[in-house]
Amino acid sequence: MSEITPDLVRHLAGLSRILVTDEEVERFTEQLSLIVDSVAKVNEALEGLDVPATSHPIPMANVYRDDVVEPSLTQAEALSGAPDSGDGRFRVAAILDEE
Amino acid sequence: MAKDELMNYEKALEMFEVVIGLEVHVELNTKTKMFCGCRNEFGDEPNTNVCPICIALPGALPAVNRTAVESSISIGLALDCEIASNGRFARKNYFYPDLAKNFQTSQYDEPIAFEGALTVELPSGSVHNIQIERAHMEEDAGKLTHIGGSTGRIQGAEYSLVDYNRAGVPLVEIVTKPVYGAGAEAPELAAAYVRSIREIVKGLGVSDAKMERGNVRCDANVSLRPHGQEKLGTRTETKNVNSLRSIERAVRYEIQRQAALLAKGTAIIQETRHWHEDKGATSAGRPKSDADDYRYFPEPDLVPVQPSKELIESLRAKLPEKPADRRKRVQAEWGFADLEFRDVVNADLLDQIEETVRAGAKPQAARKWWTGELARIANSQDKDVTELEISGAHVAELTQLVDAGKLNDRLAREVLTYVLGGEGSPSEIVSARGLEVVSDDGALIAAIDAALAKQPDVLDAIREGRMQAAGAVIGAVMQAMKGSADAGRVRELLIEKANA
Repeated sequence: MSEITPDLVRHLAGLSRILVTDEEVERFTEQLSLIVDSVAKVNEALEGLDVPATSHPIPMANVYRDDVVEPSLTQAEALSGAPDSGDGRFRVAAILDEE
Repeated sequence: MAKDELMNYEKALEMFEVVIGLEVHVELNTKTKMFCGCRNEFGDEPNTNVCPICIALPGALPAVNRTAVESSISIGLALDCEIASNGRFARKNYFYPDLAKNFQTSQYDEPIAFEGALTVELPSGSVHNIQIERAHMEEDAGKLTHIGGSTGRIQGAEYSLVDYNRAGVPLVEIVTKPVYGAGAEAPELAAAYVRSIREIVKGLGVSDAKMERGNVRCDANVSLRPHGQEKLGTRTETKNVNSLRSIERAVRYEIQRQAALLAKGTAIIQETRHWHEDKGATSAGRPKSDADDYRYFPEPDLVPVQPSKELIESLRAKLPEKPADRRKRVQAEWGFADLEFRDVVNADLLDQIEETVRAGAKPQAARKWWTGELARIANSQDKDVTELEISGAHVAELTQLVDAGKLNDRLAREVLTYVLGGEGSPSEIVSARGLEVVSDDGALIAAIDAALAKQPDVLDAIREGRMQAAGAVIGAVMQAMKGSADAGRVRELLIEKANA
């Protein structure tokens, strides 16, 4: 059995900035457990085999872009989708930490 | 900001062993950003070097900058690191508006370079071999400006403004292993290490390496433990340290602050601290907590980086000389005494003097101008001497004009101010302003005669061997000719006259 607890679900929700109700915590605990347990089954199947972890399913590497400048957006375009802006910049709620 | 209690520095070192760890971020000077083709440029209008990738519009796909990867490998090689045959990017997840994606693309368990070392020599002559744990590629974040509130820039801020021009600029983060054994010199060692990193990346040409622009930034970890204890003490990480002098001061401050707490039996809180240059103190930032649960995972949008042996070797072949080797070589070439050389290194003037010597100046003359008059001018303008708008070639030309007797020291200093004022090269200024030393005998003799008319006893005094009497006439001639007389020639003419 996985170790997904209601507290862990609340912690994850906090990190993800998602507001969850107690009922949802209960439901997600169950669902996440099921997912984690299912993934664990794959591990069982691999037991004893030397299979490296895969981050990309396609065997491809070294895809690069040359260091050549391409057109950027204009400031107006960049800010056009922002809920709020000022002084040519995105305006966000007060931040209580230094950059 | 509450005032911290500090323990006397010597006492702190008697009671505790200092362990430091340094994280240095180097901004690469590629033309474009790490994952998109936006310009990598300091000081442009806000949000004009941005695109769907670096402001994270839905569906935008990053692509890795080849030059940035090569520069990162070069940095790794210069630090004697192993280069990973397979490296991956990872997402470091956090919510903070300095990056619009809600994650920073970085590297986690497979950095491009690892297990290196850098030899750092201190002014005292002690040599330290700093172990490098890793150097990894990542992207810089945008710039936040906090607006409003009456008590300063952060507290009570009403809102923040974000400029994403810097978001996505390629960074290499270089992390040391814990550094032991520096004792009282730990602060100097921290600064000397960062200076060496700067020299390396400047020598490689991969970064502009200007600390005042944030091209090189240092986070300094400091912890204390009682002598003889094996377990490391709790550390703090001081950020926002953007000059070599600040690094030294911040480390020293943390040693004294932590020692005072530990001596009282108070535990150190593992936290981020901010350095305040004006107050000469650190203050608590956010404690390490939930916010640092970054949930790294492999970046699905970028495929692995697998540099070939050929690429690595071709980059290795292009490495410049190591800073420690270079220092030994140039000190010997220039024939500087240890103290003279230390001043040059501490003032970050190696490049300038090398350029000046290469342009034809004698090493001692180059040193004299850079650490003397130019340093004085920079200081009076509250600048770093390396920021002055003058090239080594101009300084070399000035020393040559002095050597050729065309300028005396006073005129040379005057010419220097015009060079700094952008009037051109020293020779151009000398001819444009007619500043050359007067060594034309006719003009000098006329001035000497005029001076002698007011001080007729001088010739007798010289005949009697009292040469100091000549000074008054030389001074009068200088004054009459507004400082442009060749003092040596005036003296010769005066002696000739006395013995005639």
